Amino acid sequence: MSAERNRSISPAASLLIKGGHLIDPAARIDASMDMLLKDGRVAEVAPPHKIKGGAEEKFDARGLIVTPGFIDLHVHLREPGQAHKETIATGTAAAAAGGFTSVCTMPNTVPVVDSVDWIEWLRQPERGAVVNVFALAGATQSSKGTALTDFRALHSAGAIAVTDDGKPILDDRIMREALVLGGELNFPVVQHAEDTRMTENCSMHAGARSFRLGLRGMTAAAEALIVERDVQLAMHIPNARLHVAHLSTADALKSVRRGKRAKARVTFEVTPHHFTLTDEDMRDYDSNYKMNPPLRSASDVEAILVALADGTVDAIATDHAPHAAHEKEMEFERAAFGITGLETALGLAITRLHREKHIPLARIVELFTAGPARCFDLRGRGSLVRGSIADVTVFDPKKKWTFDAAKSRSKSRNTPFDGWQLTGKVAATIVGGKIVYSG
Amino acid sequence: MNPARGSLLGIEHLEAAEVLRLLKLARRMNPDKPRPLLKGRRVLLLFYESSTRTRSSFEIAAKSMGAHTILIQPIGSSIEKGESLLDTGYTVRAVGADIIVIRHPNAGAPYVMAQHIDVPVINAGDGLHEHPSQALLDAYTILRNKKTFKGLQVAIVGDIFHSRVARSACHLLSKFGVKIILCGPQELVPDIATTLAPGVRVTRHIEDALRGTDVVMLLRVQKERLSGMKIDLPEYIARYQMNPVRLKMAKKDAIVMHPGPIIRGLELTSEVADGAQARILEEVRNGVPMRMAILARAMGKMR
Repeated sequence: MSAERNRSISPAASLLIKGGHLIDPAARIDASMDMLLKDGRVAEVAPPHKIKGGAEEKFDARGLIVTPGFIDLHVHLREPGQAHKETIATGTAAAAAGGFTSVCTMPNTVPVVDSVDWIEWLRQPERGAVVNVFALAGATQSSKGTALTDFRALHSAGAIAVTDDGKPILDDRIMREALVLGGELNFPVVQHAEDTRMTENCSMHAGARSFRLGLRGMTAAAEALIVERDVQLAMHIPNARLHVAHLSTADALKSVRRGKRAKARVTFEVTPHHFTLTDEDMRDYDSNYKMNPPLRSASDVEAILVALADGTVDAIATDHAPHAAHEKEMEFERAAFGITGLETALGLAITRLHREKHIPLARIVELFTAGPARCFDLRGRGSLVRGSIADVTVFDPKKKWTFDAAKSRSKSRNTPFDGWQLTGKVAATIVGGKIVYSG
Repeated sequence: MNPARGSLLGIEHLEAAEVLRLLKLARRMNPDKPRPLLKGRRVLLLFYESSTRTRSSFEIAAKSMGAHTILIQPIGSSIEKGESLLDTGYTVRAVGADIIVIRHPNAGAPYVMAQHIDVPVINAGDGLHEHPSQALLDAYTILRNKKTFKGLQVAIVGDIFHSRVARSACHLLSKFGVKIILCGPQELVPDIATTLAPGVRVTRHIEDALRGTDVVMLLRVQKERLSGMKIDLPEYIARYQMNPVRLKMAKKDAIVMHPGPIIRGLELTSEVADGAQARILEEVRNGVPMRMAILARAMGKMR
């Protein structure tokens, strides 16, 4: 049972995607293929012109890449309680424009989504979701870090993972309990890895630039220590599933690599901004460069690029974190952490990873599809083999475009990528067989 | 929006020639025989943090040139009621401010202000970041005593990490090739400080810092900014306090500077504070003509 919303399905519709190049890493397909979607499922995948019979609708995908629908493991849709930043309707509209057919929304809302009632509230049609929304639930009550929530009930209600994101689960004993109980339920525990005892009053990465700007810095150690502890726990607790959110440092990466080598069930995501920008990029105290974890050093970025290329990274996730202008246009140290990211993720991945770093498109597609589907066990998604859910993303890997934050579908504009020239643009986002966005 | 012409947000991005122009202008400023360069202008002093020297000297500088000054502090203003930095800025602009002088506990606050308000913004100290008028008046004081920056060695001793004065001083002195030695314990003087500007070196040993030094600049340990950091004060005093014996290690004609407030018995002894080599009160005096020059520049009156 899952918490997805599929309200966009128009029943009995069929859609033929013709002339595209299919990249489906989970099915090891990287070839010209046509695809028939029917009744919300993939009915047929076949070489060009081989699909017989008509379809109610056709999509001409010549010159385009067709892939499983993108899955974003980490977004903040801000409901309940912070609709001035984003709503499920606006956030999922931005997701659709970014090629995401599924998003996983974080529970650090007002109040924290830590009960079955809130999980059910998120799934109500009135929320106006245009893509699938999967809910993470608070790992501890009100995310205070002191007592676990009712994992069993939340799991049954459709929550796909637990987290106190925005904050770490700091207490060793509580984290251990979470991994033990999560392991019993096959429930991933998602950690925001930051030792907040070391990052008080900090607003960027600790380095030469933070020293120069007079800003207190978060050390790489504050992330790496928590990741190391969690990986150690995961290695020794049967069936424990640890997912490290927005990993940003080379040191934390070392711990994750060790855990993976030891066959611990450890997965992790990285964000487009952490593989694109460094702490040196912030100018004039622009709070659109303020997020948590912060932009890191060039050597951290290099280590992450290596891990993206060599298959270690499981998923690209945006950590889409919308904030109203008045929460950002202020003293850097007081401004809210976080930037939007849904609409720029693919463009940044293709521009930075494919064109600059020559990472194959198939690997990038895996990071947006099969990889994240595996992290949270999203069955029927992340691949387009026959019978899969008809979530499809179609994009033009060569198209150059300029991102204009003012035209974003998100309610908020807090992005450092306004005005950036990107290569790679979404052509269509198909959820449950229905086109919800075409660019 | 770019900052208004005449803004002074920091030393880092100021050209050496502009620094020299300001220092030259300050030499021609006499608070007792002032020219009415700011006649009828309104200078808003927005002080989000306490200050004695900087505030009073900006105020005297502005008034001596014929400006009206209005002091706004959090207590007794709308800031106390939760008004944002920018709204306070828009408000004082609407009231008719011609120049905004701002001191703020957060680094970069003057930048945020200057990007949104169309009058010159002068940074009177922002968090741990910069204190440009202090660096300028210190440079002015050094030149009055040493005639030239050429070949000078300056030792800055104490809490560099929390010091906006030190950051601005390093940027300024580095532009003129001065050798700068930062001295103090690891927690207060991190090695990364050497990346601040060319010519900056770090040492843990006071003897090493003082040998061959022309200017000894002392800093206060800023207890209010330690933010959980633990400093062993007796240990600090034992290793770094400036006393007459240590001061002898510097050049014979070395001068002692301190941006204030000084804490006697901590970073320096009374003998040093009141000694012949001290220039601490001269710095304060020089603050007035220097800030007159800064305000005149803000109004485009560089001649």
